[in-house]
Amino acid sequence: MELICPAGTPAAFREAVDAGADAVYCGFRDETNARNFPGLNFSRDELKTAIAYARRHKVMTFVAINTFMRAGQEKLWHDAVDDAVRLGADALILADFGLMAYTAERHPQQRLHVSVQASASNADAVKFLVETFGAKRVVLPRILTIPDIARLARQISCEIEVFVFGGLCVMAEGRCSLSSYATGKSPNMNGVCSPASHVRYREDGSELVSELGDYTINRFPAGEAAGYPTLCKGRFDIAEERGYAFEDPVSLDVMDHIDALRDAGVGALKIEGRQRGKAYVAEVVSVMRRAVAADATERPALLSRLRRLSEGQKTTSGAYEKRWR
Amino acid sequence: MPATPHLSLSLGPLLYLWDGPKWRDFYFRIADEAPVDHVTLGEAVCSKRLHFIEPHVAEVIERLEAAGKKVSLASLALVTLERESQLVRGLVRDSIHPIEANDLSALGLLAGKPHSIGPLINVYNGATARLLASRGATSICLPPELPMASVSEIVRDAPDVAFEIFGFGRVPLAISARCAHARSKGLVKDNCQFICGDDSDGLIVETLDRQPFLVLNGVQTMSHTCQSLLQELPALTAAGISRIRLSPQDCDMVTVARIYESVAAGLMSAAEGLARLVAAYPGVPLSNGFHYGQTGASWIEAPAGARHGGERWQMR
Repeated sequence: MELICPAGTPAAFREAVDAGADAVYCGFRDETNARNFPGLNFSRDELKTAIAYARRHKVMTFVAINTFMRAGQEKLWHDAVDDAVRLGADALILADFGLMAYTAERHPQQRLHVSVQASASNADAVKFLVETFGAKRVVLPRILTIPDIARLARQISCEIEVFVFGGLCVMAEGRCSLSSYATGKSPNMNGVCSPASHVRYREDGSELVSELGDYTINRFPAGEAAGYPTLCKGRFDIAEERGYAFEDPVSLDVMDHIDALRDAGVGALKIEGRQRGKAYVAEVVSVMRRAVAADATERPALLSRLRRLSEGQKTTSGAYEKRWR
Repeated sequence: MPATPHLSLSLGPLLYLWDGPKWRDFYFRIADEAPVDHVTLGEAVCSKRLHFIEPHVAEVIERLEAAGKKVSLASLALVTLERESQLVRGLVRDSIHPIEANDLSALGLLAGKPHSIGPLINVYNGATARLLASRGATSICLPPELPMASVSEIVRDAPDVAFEIFGFGRVPLAISARCAHARSKGLVKDNCQFICGDDSDGLIVETLDRQPFLVLNGVQTMSHTCQSLLQELPALTAAGISRIRLSPQDCDMVTVARIYESVAAGLMSAAEGLARLVAAYPGVPLSNGFHYGQTGASWIEAPAGARHGGERWQMR
């Protein structure tokens, strides 16, 4: 199975290549990609250099252009596609139908992957994207169980890539406006979720309060580690119940299910984390490279090492296991 | 007061779980009294709920059509199970009414048939709208988070399709494979006991500072505020929007529809309409921030040029 690795900087990109990635995915330094964070992503020149480095090591480069084109400013997204193609991207990861149509028409030879942000969660949806835009691969939303994926794989003619490690969306990706409801900035339009520009921490007595826009997302008593106020991983009150209403502050780890995913027909495992530093990327990629190749007896030791990288966070198999629902 | 021409009202699918008789009686009253031209109905949120309304769908459609309403059927918003795929395929194959596509599977299956596009399909630009129109879409309800600047561009860019705006109701913000509503009551989705039916207008999620923020509606998360674009009707009409969607809440939707009708016709000021809206749906603050590219939960006073008549309306 291919290992698809994140790079938010040229340094992380090289680390991912050196650590054994089959493909590295990255985006341009603007709103055209869904990790539009300050200090991250690639200029055209940086992408050119990165692709050349990857090529020398027989590694592929996927360019994520996976936000939705803002009406009237489509040129920003068209330019991103044209430049990524010109610079030699091995695949473009797209979410917007209008941009997929543009790419299929202007660059019919370009390999097109369906971003998780497109929310193609069933066989008829994937068929629509394959038939309409010639999509070669779909990145599945993190809402399917492994049996769901196996059933889907039998019905479609394109490759399947799934997220296995890193951040976890609780909501169906590409269909969530929670962030813009609280901050005016959304994943679909701006490539950000719960953006740092709208985050505040304040002390209230002995508690640390995290806020997003005008909303309290969590309160941490003294001694409890304070997490980032991602909206869907906050603590809320529902009637008399207080707690993590949508999901605990966990990250995704389905590496225990590598064999089941392979048997289900998954051809590529994706690591989330373009916002992570190069040391993290290097470590995660090298351990995962070995874990994918290892047999069932060697794997647990490697995976426990991987788990330490989740920074003390709890991990979950998310929707891949039915009981998560 | 200037009239707002060529604007029709549509009723979106009821997103909450109501029991069968309440669901039926709601639509009977809509048929008999509400000034809406178009009604989209059916379960869009959770496939587990379908059996509640199924016994009443035929009689409701008959009553609505007898009253001259155009009826469309909503497809499911989230399709992951084989059973759900079969439901969508069956709907597309068998329905004699136009379908509103709410996920990509319906979109694919409806190619070549006249259909409409629901607000949960990501139409953020004219290129996407044109593509969908070329495949048979005759109307598109744009995503609620779209700002007016995008709405104007898209309408201008795709002249062959009718556009609808989410003009009233709690905004559907997210959908998940996990049911937060069931979880909040100690249950899981697969054994949910249809607990979402206890909250006919959603279950309020408050911040730890007891600020109402969101509502749960089964697997869907909605805004606590009620989006209202009443004071923006003239601007929306001027931009070429032809339909305003009213999304059913557990309040007097006939009154809501009459308020929108009166304001659209220039017979009532927006300020008066908003005051009446607050009375018709008490306890739920209004919002329109998405329309102005601001925080969706916020309330923005319409620019003076876009308002007609009346004093300034203060929300809070």
